[in-house]
This record gives sequence, structure tokens and C-alpha cells, in this order.
Amino acid sequence: MSNQKKSPLKDIRAYKVFAIKEGTVIDHIKAGKALQIIELLKLDSNNKIVTLGMNFPSKALKKKDIIKVEQKELTPEEANKVAILAPQATINIIQDFKVVKKFKVKIPTLVEKLLICPNPKCITNNENMITRFKTNVNKNSVKVHCEYCEKIFDQNEIKNYNI
Amino acid sequence: MPTNLKNKDIISIKELTKTDILNILEKAQKLKQKPQPKLLSGYVLGSCFFEPSTRTRLSFETAMKKLGGSVIGFADPSITSTKKGESLYDSIKIIGQYVDVIAMRHPLEGSARRAAEATDKPIINGGDGANQHPTQTLLDLFTIKECQGKIEGLKIAIVGDLKYGRTTHSLAQALINFNARLYFVAPESLQMPEHICNELKAKKIIFSKHKNIEEIINEVDILYMTRIQGERFPDPMEYERIKNVYILKESMLNNVKKNMRILHPLPRVNEITADVDNTKHAYYFEQAENGLYIRQALLALTLGKL
Ligand SMILES: [Zn+2]
Repeated sequence: MSNQKKSPLKDIRAYKVFAIKEGTVIDHIKAGKALQIIELLKLDSNNKIVTLGMNFPSKALKKKDIIKVEQKELTPEEANKVAILAPQATINIIQDFKVVKKFKVKIPTLVEKLLICPNPKCITNNENMITRFKTNVNKNSVKVHCEYCEKIFDQNEIKNYNI
Repeated sequence: MPTNLKNKDIISIKELTKTDILNILEKAQKLKQKPQPKLLSGYVLGSCFFEPSTRTRLSFETAMKKLGGSVIGFADPSITSTKKGESLYDSIKIIGQYVDVIAMRHPLEGSARRAAEATDKPIINGGDGANQHPTQTLLDLFTIKECQGKIEGLKIAIVGDLKYGRTTHSLAQALINFNARLYFVAPESLQMPEHICNELKAKKIIFSKHKNIEEIINEVDILYMTRIQGERFPDPMEYERIKNVYILKESMLNNVKKNMRILHPLPRVNEITADVDNTKHAYYFEQAENGLYIRQALLALTLGKL
């Protein structure tokens, strides 16, 4: 993979696949998370064209996924939802083939409903109710803290989402 | 400065400030010295034990009655509608309409917080699975203060199952407030979890890990013993090897500090031999009794009567 880093081929390919006129490109998604993000943002059900790229080489993430949605500008709120699945993601808003806005996602300090607690003995997995997690960002690691069972998990330990 | 715990839920020791804790201990001390048999007359405690625990339940119910209040409730979930599939939320919402305060125990972690969302009446957590059991921690602190005259700056060893024991976690966390020097004595596979150690480090609490009691017994003011359960070991051979290392015998007490006191949340099985009971260092039965005063103080404080 590393010998590809400077390959011009990579840039050309990325450009060709991802050039869009209007819309949003969600870049730097940790490989494997893109499908969940599409589900989470319900991008598959809004009739806009969605392109998904998986396992692109990436310096920071080794492998990354990219999502492109045409004719839709992601709201900051939607962008923050992306953050919990892909804390390193960047959002590019495209108008007339140009990036007019680019920002990193930000993890909300409190995440309601979205995460399913990995602790099988947590009340949230045994009663019909919404979950609540506090988040704690430390460099590249994201920890989530269940407000009910009070257990702390690494973001990677969350396997199931309430989508 | 007294803090106002009226209508507050007592769910997790972590939510109590040092001032709250000292206030609870002080009120418990007063109730121990001077009983108040009419303080809660007319009030009703809902004693909701979704998981049996005779000791904790009797302690809560006696505490309420000693203050002149009355008790309704259940000791066994099989007789409630939970068995029929009713949610905890609904059960507590209904019970909250009958009573003024609820003491509960439940096998699931986070159940007490969930219960608190269902009712405006104060919830006192008597244990939610492996998560929290704040009244135990408060009675531990009360007992430490009683037998040492202070909590601040003591040398405290915690012995036994430190990995899974909620009692030991909560105690260590609570002692952050009191600048304790902590000694964790456990087999390596049952040592204090990293997240607690990190918390202690962040608060600049000095602690060390040890493999046997003898290493530290002559240094400490408090020796807090807990039980090691055989089923915690994936390898039964390992349990056989270590089980005798964590048993406290009278012969080990020859050179301990005069003020050293031994605590244990009880029930004990064999981790403290009976010959220790008659030494001046044994303090675990007094500790168990103190649960009564802590629970009285919490009932009265959450009902706004102290
Ligand atoms: Zn949980």
C-alpha cells in the first residue's frame, strides 16, 4: 500500500470517481464504516444519487471510505452524527465542482439513542428505552460512557447502532 | 456547610460531592448517638427488591421503622408483575404513587437510574447489578471515620477480588476525596481495573499493587478484606494455588499498627478466620451495624427531614 502513496494514479482515480457538481463529499471515513453512515443519515432513501467508495489508501487511516451525495448539503447536525461512527471524517460541501466549505466533524458531548450499549447486563438492553452516552475525545481515541451502567467503552467496541 | 439532598436520588457514589458525603456521615453519626423514633412518622418506604438480598433489605426496612416510618414492598421479584413482563419503568411509576421514597435492588446495571426517571420520589440504590451500591460505600466511610477519628490521609489496603468487586471500586473512588494512600492486594488476574487506576492517577492519589497481605499489613490503618470467588477464575488450578494467600489469620496481626482495623462488607466465607474476631482489630460487625445509621440518614435527608 505504501508504494502507492505518491502514485499519481490514485489521485486521478479519486478525482474521476468523485467529481460532482453539487453536493457533499464525506471523506476520511475509517474503512468499513461508510455503509453504516449511509444508513444512519438515511441517504439511501432520499432519492439523491449516492456514490460509495471503499478501501481507498489513506495516510492517516491506512484505508478509508468515501461517500458522495449529490444535491444535498449535509447539515452540521448530520455531520455531527457522522462523527461518532467516523471521528476523523471531513465534510466537503461542493458547489459547481468546487469545494466551497470544508470542515472536520465534531463529536457531540452527549449522544442519545444512536449507540447500543455493549454491556448485555445494562438496563438499556433489557427495557424499551433510549440510550444516553457521554463522549470523551482524546487525540485519536473516542471513549463513550454509558449513563446507565456507567461503563466506559472505546468507540471501536460499539458494534451495534440504533439506526 | 450542609447540602440539600431533599428529593435527590442516591444512585452512584460518584455523584456525591465530598460535602454531601460528610453531611451524610455527620447526620448518621447524630442518629447513632440520638435515635429519632418519630422523625419519619407518616412516611412510607417502598422496599423494592427485584433481586433478593436479605441483609440490605432488612437494613433499609429497619432504618425506616426506627425513624417511625412504615414500609411496603417485595423481597422477591417472582411475586411482582415484572415476572409478567412489566417494564421496570412502569413498576416504579406505579409504586412511586404509593410511597414517599424508594429503596431498590435490581440485577441489571443502570436500573436505579432508569427507575429515577419513572418517578419524582427519591430513589436510593441498594445495588444495581455489578454497577453501584452507594449505601455500602457510605457505611464503609462512616466506619473508617468512626474507628480512626478521621478519613483524611489514611493508609488503606483493599484486599481480594478487585477486578469484579463493585464494593472495592466504589470505595477506591470515594477515597479520592480524602487523599488516601491505597494498597491493592490481589492476584494479578483480579487486580484493580485500569480505568479506576487511571482515575486515581489523574487525581494524584498514590497507590501500589501487591500480591500478598503480609507485604503491607504492618503499614496500614485499614485492612479492607473482600471475598475471592472461585468461579471468577477461568482456571480452577489457579484458584487452588492462590486461595490461601488471601486468608487473614490472627497470627498475621502480631506487628500491625495499634490503630489498625479490619473491615469486610460481609458475608464472609473463610477469608477471615474466626480467631481474628476476638482481636481489637476486628471491626466488621460494627461496620455492618453502621449500615443502619447511614440508611436512616439517607432516608431522612432525601425526605427533607434532617
Ligand atoms: Zn450501558
